[in-house]
Amino acid sequence: MLEARDLTIKYGQRVAVANVSLTLAAGQISAIIGPNGAGKSTFLQALNGQLGPTSGVVLLDGQPLEKLNRRTIGRRIAVVAQEAELRFPITVLEFVLGGRFAWAASASWGWETERDIDVANAVLHETELFELSGRLMNELSGGERQRAVLARALATEAVVLLLDEPTANLDISHQSTLLALVRGRCDNHGASALVVTHDINLAAQFADNVLLMKDGHTISSGRPEEVLTPGLLRDVFEVTVLVDAHPITGVPRVTPVHEAHRQV
Amino acid sequence: MASRNRTTLRKTFIACAVLSGALLLVVILMSLVGSERLPAGASLCALLSFGRSQCTLTSDQFDILFQIRLPRILLAAAVGGSLATAGASYQALLRNPLAEPYLLGISNGAAVGTMIALVFFGASEWSRPLLAFVGALLATLAVYRLARGRAGATPERLVLAGVIVTTFLSSVIVFVTTLMDATRIRSFTFWLLGDLSGTSKNLLPVAIAIAVVGTVVLTANARSLNLLMLGERDAFDLGVEVGRVRIVVFVVASLLVGSSVAASGSVGYVGLVVPHLARLSLGSDNRLSIPAAALGGALFVIVADTAARTLIAPRELPVGAITALIGAPLFIYLLKRT
Repeated sequence: MLEARDLTIKYGQRVAVANVSLTLAAGQISAIIGPNGAGKSTFLQALNGQLGPTSGVVLLDGQPLEKLNRRTIGRRIAVVAQEAELRFPITVLEFVLGGRFAWAASASWGWETERDIDVANAVLHETELFELSGRLMNELSGGERQRAVLARALATEAVVLLLDEPTANLDISHQSTLLALVRGRCDNHGASALVVTHDINLAAQFADNVLLMKDGHTISSGRPEEVLTPGLLRDVFEVTVLVDAHPITGVPRVTPVHEAHRQV
Repeated sequence: MASRNRTTLRKTFIACAVLSGALLLVVILMSLVGSERLPAGASLCALLSFGRSQCTLTSDQFDILFQIRLPRILLAAAVGGSLATAGASYQALLRNPLAEPYLLGISNGAAVGTMIALVFFGASEWSRPLLAFVGALLATLAVYRLARGRAGATPERLVLAGVIVTTFLSSVIVFVTTLMDATRIRSFTFWLLGDLSGTSKNLLPVAIAIAVVGTVVLTANARSLNLLMLGERDAFDLGVEVGRVRIVVFVVASLLVGSSVAASGSVGYVGLVVPHLARLSLGSDNRLSIPAAALGGALFVIVADTAARTLIAPRELPVGAITALIGAPLFIYLLKRT
């Protein structure tokens, strides 16, 4: 579906991403974890062409990304990033309809079709925002806005979802709801998702595969229980952690062990 | 909910039809107003015959109506439409409600181009809009490069970049002015403030054509601009060819500003006041607000210019002074809200 082969991205002399490869398969959620400055977000931005790699290639359905036009990519790959500040008043429905741009008959001019409206309304229901569809985006809470950003990504009907810190502004209830929606897309629509997150436990809970990065390099990749080991996490984050199995789900559960606690 | 499109489409047609009707009415009414009063009935009769019949107007009155007032009013419409369309497009592309050709120094860039054409290629009338366009485009690129920081162009950074470019180009204008003889300096100073009295017969059709085509081209990119208003990264992710749209807006808006400035000097604040009113009354959708701003801009400058030529008749004020009187307080209000 989406494959990155040996991606290297340099900013001047500084190497932000070094020879990282990743394949996103249908129905699976992958997570990228790593400390600040590991190159996670840079790598994610290269996956939809926002950043051009210095070397390596990104293949979408087997075709190099640079050979495809933006609207073709926009119909296949959706991005949920930290939302930029809104400087013009826009309603939630108008915002979500932005996700239908790539499906328009013409590259610029045109009005949304009835199908566009139907899709937008369906995702507004899915993200529990339908009642707010007439409200202005600036009137929503941080969590509601983040759901609207997800709703817009879902409205693109893209099969690849790239999510950059999607849960940063959300309380634990909305964190789970948001990732459950992404899980639903993968399970029911054959989509695949890549989530960049600082929340290791959320990654363990929702991801099928985890990519652990440090200083632009891949340290490890594989199933959560293969990657989320005390040794690897200590090497990467330079902190001692306790890893045990979650009592209900059985997935790895990571708890940092601070010096003060160790002495007790 | 599916009727939403029909509602929006209907709203666009109604708004444009109402504004077009108002524009036609204002063109007719304002051509009757001036230091020389023209008989309303006969003037209307002559206007409706498109100048084929003189009706009961004297030859002098007929000439005033068709050789002086109507061309000036049509130029005011072209200038107003062009500046408002350019303003609305810059605001969407730069994500900044304060972006305006005059305040960003783009009008000054066009003014420098026009003055260079006047000083060095005085014989060629066509060199004026051409060099004005080049000047506007270079000023646009300069402001854009200066305003872009690591976090994109913040409103403050954009306004500051505009101040820098404006003051730099103002000093260039002063320098070029000193190359002129003393008798021309006064008329140039008046022209710089925005002056529609020197309507050129050759350039009028060009200004009208550029206003109409420019508005159509930018309206055709309105859906992309709607997404660009949310940020370049969002627009790119959603499928907008950001680089292409940016070039279209820069080139077409520079053409609109260049042709306006070459014809009438720097009429300020039109690109700020009119798009703001259009968005306030019709919403932020550029598919509606750009054509509405074009028609509203035409209306605004026609009325402002009528005030400029009648308030202290038989003397005239520069139309730019009238638009600035209305625009500057609105700018302060918007700056406080941003």
